[in-house]
Amino acid sequence: MKIKDIQGLLEAKLVVDGGNMDLDIHYACGADMMSDVLAYLHEHSILLTGLCNPQVVRTAEMMDIECIVFVRGKQPDENMKSMAMERNLTLMVSEYRMFTACGKLYEQGMRGGDVRGR
Amino acid sequence: MDDKIILHYEVSGDDFTRAGEASSDVKNKLKQMDVSPEAIRKVAIAMYEGEINMVIHANGGDITVEISPEEILMVLKDTGPGIPDVGLAMQEGYSTAKEEIRSLGFGAGMGLPNMKKYSDTMKIDTIVGVGTTITMTVAM
Repeated sequence: MKIKDIQGLLEAKLVVDGGNMDLDIHYACGADMMSDVLAYLHEHSILLTGLCNPQVVRTAEMMDIECIVFVRGKQPDENMKSMAMERNLTLMVSEYRMFTACGKLYEQGMRGGDVRGR
Repeated sequence: MDDKIILHYEVSGDDFTRAGEASSDVKNKLKQMDVSPEAIRKVAIAMYEGEINMVIHANGGDITVEISPEEILMVLKDTGPGIPDVGLAMQEGYSTAKEEIRSLGFGAGMGLPNMKKYSDTMKIDTIVGVGTTITMTVAM
């Protein structure tokens, strides 16, 4: 699924366009604990999170994550936006809660890439 | 890359929002050096976890990174409280981080296990009340 399709599905507002809206994404991770994200293996994924601080952007950078979706309408601040711009990382904000946002993506074939490959 | 390149960083313990700047800089430098994406990713994640740990538990410290044609060596040194039980600290999910840190997205007890997972070798030298030095390598 392309990042622009994820934006449409989650009715998300684009906050930073990382220049990768046409990139195909197959895996997603939903987490508020960045240590859990760092334990997660797939690169070039998207991250859904309710956490909103600069370490979310930095964690995404380390993991080569392509896009962060802030759920529950969490708004990244100017510092986070400029960090994302420097790193060509797309940021978007969805009003959906984490469970619903993840469910919508799963329904469309996105997977978590866990140990059982589901 | 013929010569050894040495990078040094001082990590401030005062500002959590800046934690990870050293790891970010190393990642960018490795990208410019034509290092394999797999090695870059391993170094970035292992060092970032270590850098975050320094800020959370030890009020900062310093990091030296040596890049040679064979490997990337990371030495993370702090003068924090030390780790009383390394075996316990290495267990996934075990954490002494305060609730304040957990609310910032860290302290899930995955820091040291992730560092071990993403590095090829890892050694912990720690003395309670004196500090901790963690040495990690990632092969090129």
